[in-house]
Amino acid sequence: MVRKKDKKKAFRMDLEKSPTGIQGLDEITGGGLPTGRPTLVCGAAGCGKTLFAMEFLVRGATQYNEPGVFMSFEETAEELTKNVGSLGFDLDSLSASGKLLLDYVFVERSEIEETGEYDLEGLFIRLEDAIDSIGAKRVVLDTIESLFSGLPNALILRAELRRLFRWLKKKGMTAVITGEKGENTLTRHGLEEYVSDCVIFLDHRVTEQLSTRRLRIVKYRGSTHGTNEYPFLIEEKGMSVLPVTSIGLNHAVVTERISTGIPRLDSMMGEKGFFRGSSILLSGTAGTGKTSVSASFVDAACRRGERCMYFAFEESAPQIIRNMRSIGIDLEPWLEKGLLKFHTERPTGYGLETHLLTMHKLINEFKPAAVAVDPVTNLMSLGNPLDVKAMLTRLIDFLKMNQVTAMLTNLTSGGAALEATDVAISSLADTWLLLLDIEIGGERNRGLYILKSRGMAHSNQIREFLLTDLGIDLLDVYVGPSGVLTGSARVSQELQEKGAEIAREEEIELKKRGLESRQKALEAQIAALQAELEAGNGDLKKMMNHENERQRRLDEEREEMGRMRSADSLSVPESARKKPRRKSGKGV
Amino acid sequence: MKNKASGKKKSAEPDASEETWILKLYIAGQTPKSSQAFDNLKKICEEHLAGKYLIEVVDLLKNPKLAKGEQILAIPTLVRQLPSPVRKLIGDLSNRERVLVGLDLQPAAKIVK
Repeated sequence: MVRKKDKKKAFRMDLEKSPTGIQGLDEITGGGLPTGRPTLVCGAAGCGKTLFAMEFLVRGATQYNEPGVFMSFEETAEELTKNVGSLGFDLDSLSASGKLLLDYVFVERSEIEETGEYDLEGLFIRLEDAIDSIGAKRVVLDTIESLFSGLPNALILRAELRRLFRWLKKKGMTAVITGEKGENTLTRHGLEEYVSDCVIFLDHRVTEQLSTRRLRIVKYRGSTHGTNEYPFLIEEKGMSVLPVTSIGLNHAVVTERISTGIPRLDSMMGEKGFFRGSSILLSGTAGTGKTSVSASFVDAACRRGERCMYFAFEESAPQIIRNMRSIGIDLEPWLEKGLLKFHTERPTGYGLETHLLTMHKLINEFKPAAVAVDPVTNLMSLGNPLDVKAMLTRLIDFLKMNQVTAMLTNLTSGGAALEATDVAISSLADTWLLLLDIEIGGERNRGLYILKSRGMAHSNQIREFLLTDLGIDLLDVYVGPSGVLTGSARVSQELQEKGAEIAREEEIELKKRGLESRQKALEAQIAALQAELEAGNGDLKKMMNHENERQRRLDEEREEMGRMRSADSLSVPESARKKPRRKSGKGV
Repeated sequence: MKNKASGKKKSAEPDASEETWILKLYIAGQTPKSSQAFDNLKKICEEHLAGKYLIEVVDLLKNPKLAKGEQILAIPTLVRQLPSPVRKLIGDLSNRERVLVGLDLQPAAKIVK
């Protein structure tokens, strides 16, 4: 595969490379070790040279169909087989199937007497025979320098080694030659002078009682390569190198949102929750509920059927499960379903890099969609802040690359500024939730607010954070003239407000009733007056009828009288009398 | 001379004097160095072990597998198979003193002188 790639790029890079199969190393070297050339792997005792070489051969034999010869000058074939058996390399079956050949070269100074000129043709013949018998493409010489202690004449030896490396090159063997670190040189006997195509330096260093293994490519002729020191780990499945620092800032980004597990928190973030693949930092002092928030986040992810990985550096898995049950979050079913995986470890158990590698490895294996690291600050004790920050940067980068939503909790020590993370990783986080203690009226209450959340509208309100039997709830805090109130102070304030409201309502009711009764009184008055008016009208009519009657009678009497007296003077006085009568009727 | 040689080892193997020395010379093709080694060896053997030795020349180019069995690296290598213990001498055997020490013939040599 790599070769094909190389051919495509032939005009730019004509150096053929043989993949080592060692996790991460092929990324740093851009494809592996130079094909057909010797590579020197050097380092102090116990740094993993033999393992490096062995893995190179085993992976070559199993994954790339390149048989290999392991010529050991230090350990017998049986010892080697046993030693690497713990890493899952079955040398016996590889040897049986002709993919690997172990050859133990034994040189005992006390048994050897030098009697004159000699050369190492025997070694050449032996190696050639081994190579030809299995059609080997890869060769390991581990550690050829022990010949210097076995054979007396260093001059001859040097000349012969030079010849050997040339010969290996001519045979087209991709070779790994190991060498012990010298005092001021890469190897004790200056092998780097002869093997100059590729030199890899392994280092096992102990800083503040914590050991870290590192790998550096000192040179790689004809090829670009990562130049940094890369941490590596020897673990159950062989070596793995961590080329994390080579990762750039080019993660893919999705707009999918996922729930935080706390409905109210979702609504604080535009009803939707976190972005998938974002990194969430959760900081707070002791006892503010960081683990609970993490647990509900994990719970929500599992509920969606996503895989989740919980890295706990403070509590054991059963303890977390028990504690979370008390707030109504049951993680056990997820554990049983295989959706959730806990990885609990004492931070001081390993060095920083080992932690990082372990996390990488676990994440690569389990492929979770969400990860919680609780608390990330516990790793602080493992090195200086710069290292820790570098490590966390790598971790976050790695998680983002894999689009894993990560919740990292950060324990802020009391007294320190709340908005400062110990390891200054806040700038790396996309969303930063702050949990805080609010001390009022002789009690402590929890509060939560979103300090930042990149790329989404979010609430700027402090919410009171309640841990209930049914999970986490967020409430509005009371913000009034007397400041922010939480807990019982909030409750009493709420009661007070409620009382005042009731009183107000009663007053209004009272006023309303007063007004109503006054209205009724007025209406009654109006009715009475109306009645009076009507009564008055009736009287008037009666009076007028009466008057009319009297007038009529009077007229009648007058007519009667006129008739009785004489009829001719009647018309004139009659009209003159009618006019004043009308006028008087109008006046009433 | 033979007696002295056996006398040296009397405590270990009283019968060693009767034993035939088996010497194997490992070479890789007919090189000047290997023929020189053979000549030197023959000379010493004739001098110290006349009639009691057997030299076997092994050409590793013809039998490469043998290099592994005997742990041969350097060419030429002389292996004293018998009498035991096995001893190895590397080089063209031109350093006579060392050859005698290596083959454990030194005391005899001294007495001869």
